[in-house]
Amino acid sequence: MSLKDKLLSSYLTFQENQDFDNSIHDIKDAAIKIFEEKGFPTKKDENWKYTSLNSLVKGDFSLVGRNEDAIEFRDVKKYFLNDIDTYKIVFIDGKYSSYLSETTHDGVDVCLLSAALTKPKYKPVIDKYFDKIVKKDSLTSLNTAFAREGAYIYVPKGKTVSKPIQIVHFATGLESSLMLQPRNLVVVEENAEVQIIERHQSLNSNAVFTNSVTEIYAADHARVDYYKIQNDKEAASLIDNTHIDQQTSSEVAVHTFSFGGKLTRNNLNFYQNGEHNNSILKGVTIIEDKQHVDHNTLVHHKQPNCESHQDYKGIFDDRATGVFNGKVVVDSVAQKINAYQSNNNILVSDKASINSKPQLEIFADDVRCSHGCTIGQLDEDALFYMKTRGIGEKEGRALLMYAFANNVLESVKIPQLKSRITKLIANKLGVNLGFEV
Amino acid sequence: MLEINNLNAGIEDKEILRGIDLKVNAGEVHAIMGPNGSGKSTLSSVIAGKEEYEVSGGDILFEGESILEMDADERAHKGVFLSFQYPVEIPGVSVTNFIKTAINQTRKAKGLEDMPASEMLKKIREKSELLEIDRKFLSRSLNEGFSGGEKKRNEIFQMAMLEPKLAILDETDSGLDIDALRIVSNGVNKLRSSDNAVIVITHYQRLLEYIVPDFVHVLVNGKIVKSGGKELALELEEKGYDWVKAETAV
Ligand SMILES: Nc1ncnc2c1ncn2[C@@H]1O[C@H](COP(=O)(O)OP(=O)(O)OP(=O)(O)O)[C@@H](O)[C@H]1O
Ligand SMILES: [Mg+2]
Repeated sequence: MSLKDKLLSSYLTFQENQDFDNSIHDIKDAAIKIFEEKGFPTKKDENWKYTSLNSLVKGDFSLVGRNEDAIEFRDVKKYFLNDIDTYKIVFIDGKYSSYLSETTHDGVDVCLLSAALTKPKYKPVIDKYFDKIVKKDSLTSLNTAFAREGAYIYVPKGKTVSKPIQIVHFATGLESSLMLQPRNLVVVEENAEVQIIERHQSLNSNAVFTNSVTEIYAADHARVDYYKIQNDKEAASLIDNTHIDQQTSSEVAVHTFSFGGKLTRNNLNFYQNGEHNNSILKGVTIIEDKQHVDHNTLVHHKQPNCESHQDYKGIFDDRATGVFNGKVVVDSVAQKINAYQSNNNILVSDKASINSKPQLEIFADDVRCSHGCTIGQLDEDALFYMKTRGIGEKEGRALLMYAFANNVLESVKIPQLKSRITKLIANKLGVNLGFEV
Repeated sequence: MLEINNLNAGIEDKEILRGIDLKVNAGEVHAIMGPNGSGKSTLSSVIAGKEEYEVSGGDILFEGESILEMDADERAHKGVFLSFQYPVEIPGVSVTNFIKTAINQTRKAKGLEDMPASEMLKKIREKSELLEIDRKFLSRSLNEGFSGGEKKRNEIFQMAMLEPKLAILDETDSGLDIDALRIVSNGVNKLRSSDNAVIVITHYQRLLEYIVPDFVHVLVNGKIVKSGGKELALELEEKGYDWVKAETAV
C-alpha cells in the first residue's frame, strides 16, 4: 500500500479516537479531501522540480509511535541549549514528554496544541487562528488532517516571554520507520515578543519522515524571532511548512540552520498583511554526502511600506544537492516596498550542485527589489594569503567557510545560540577555529 | 638565512624570473627596486610559496634547507613572512580572530599549546599601540573596506604579531601617508635584530630613509642586473632605470 493510501485509510480511525469539537473535525475533513485530491507533490509540480519525495512516499512508515517515555534527559541533553534558562516543549515519537518539558501558563501560554484543541478555554484563539494562516497545499493539508500534537504558544498583548522557548521533537527509532506530523501554533498579540528555537532530532539511524506545520501570527508591533536547527541523522527527512501572518509594524525573523538529514524541504511563507512589516529570512546550509536541502520561500507583500530581507548561504560538499527557490510577490497596492534577496553558495566538491532560482512577481511600480545569486568555489588568493600567515589549507578553508556563513549569524539574537551554531559549523568543517565567539 | 641560486620561475609558458641570485644574511636589510612588471612581486610570491608559479630551475634555501617543496604555511611556520602588495580581503573574519588563528596555528605546527588568552591580548595591545592602530579597527573584517594605507599598516601589525625571521615587504610604502610611513617603518625597525632579516621592495627612496638598507638590488626583466649599497637607491631615484638597463644591456 502506498503511503498516501495508508494515510487515507487510517484517517477515519484517527478521527474517531479524538475528542475535538465539530469545527475542528470539519477543518480536518476538508483538509483530508485536499490531500486526497492533490496527493504528494511530484517532480512534475513546478515547485518540486528539484526535490523528489519518491523514496519517502514508497516507504512503509508507521503513523503512530509507541507510547513509551523511553529516553533519559542525560542522553539527550546535548540537543538542548543548556547554558540559558528556557521553556521546553518536548515530544518523543510525536507524544508529549512532560518529564523533559518545562511549560507555563503564567501570563503567557507555552503548552500543548492537544490541550488547546480540546479545552474550551482555548476555543476563541483556536477558532480565530488554527488553520487560518496556512496556504492550503497538499502537505500542509495532510498535516492539518492529522494534526493533534505540537506546541501551542500564546503571548497576550504587551507581554514579552521572559526566556526563549525550545521546541524539540525526538524520534527514538523504536519503530523501523516512523512518520510524524507535528503542528505548532504561535500567536503573538500586539506589542508582544517571543523567541523560539525548534529542533527535530532522531536518536538512531532508523528512518523518520516529519511533515511539520507551524502557523505564526504576529499582531501589530509584535516581534517573533524563530530559529530552526536542522542537524538530523542520515535517515531523517523533514518537510517544514511554516506560514506567517504579519500585521502592522510587526517584525518576524526566521533563521534556518540546515546541517544534516537526508532530505530537508523548507516551505517558508510570509504574508505581510499590515504596513511597515519587516520580514527576515536567513539560512545557512552546510551539507555533504548525498544530503539534500531545499529552501522554498515566499514573501507576499500585500501592503505598502514594508521590507523583506532574505539571505541564504550554502556550502555543499561531496554529492550534496541544494535548492533555493525564493519567490517575492508585490501586490499592486503594495507601494514603497524594499525587498532584498540574496543566495550565495560554495560548491566544495565538483559533484555537489545547487539550483538557485529567484522568482519576482511585482505588480506595484514604486518598489525596490534586489536579488542576487552566486555560486562559486573558495577564493584561492585568500587561501594563499592565509597560508603566508601560517594558516594551513584545512583551517584556511574552514575559516573562509565560517566567514562566508558568519554574517548570517550576526542577526542571531540569543548569544548562547549563536556560539552553539558557530561551534556546530566549526565541528562540521572539522576544525578548531582558534578563537571563541 | 636566505639563499637564492639561479632561480627561474614563470607561469604557464611565460618566463618571469630568469636566473635570480640573492643571499640575505641574518641582521641585514635588502632593498629590491625595479621597473613595473620586472618580477619583484613574483619573486616574493615564489619565496613565500605561491603554487601558481612554476619553478623551472634553481633553488631557494632558508636556513640552509631547500624550501621549494614546502607549502606556503610550512614556510610561514619556519619564519618567512610576506607583506602583500595587494592584501586580500576576508569578509567575516575580524583582524583579531584572524591573527589569533595565525598565531595559534603557527604554535601548533611547532608542537606548542595555544597562546594563553591574556598573553594574546597583551601582545595585541602592545603591537597595535606600536603601529598606532585603533582598537575598533581590530574588530573589523580583515581588509574589507580598509583604505590602501590601512591595509598596509595592518600587514605590518600582523608581522609584528608573528615576529618572522625573514620579512618580505612588497611595496608596503605605497598608499601610506607621510605620518603612516614613519609609524610603519618604526614598526619594522622595532622588529629588526641580528637574528632576522628584511627584504623591502619599493619604488621610492623615501622608505629607505627610514628602513635603511645594507644592500640595494635592481631587478629588470626577471634578473638582478645591479647591486650596491644604499647610495644606489639615490642614484636610481635621480636617474631612473634607463641607465642601468643601458649599462647592463649586452
Ligand atoms: N599570475 C600571473 N599571470 C600572468 N602573468 C603574470 C602573473 N603574475 C605575474 N605576471 C607577469 O609577470 C610580470 C612580473 O609581474 P610582477 O607582479 O612580479 O611585477 P612587479 O615587478 O612586482 O611590478 P610592480 O612594480 O608593478 O608591482 C608581469 O609582466 C606580470 O604581468
Ligand atoms: Mg609588484
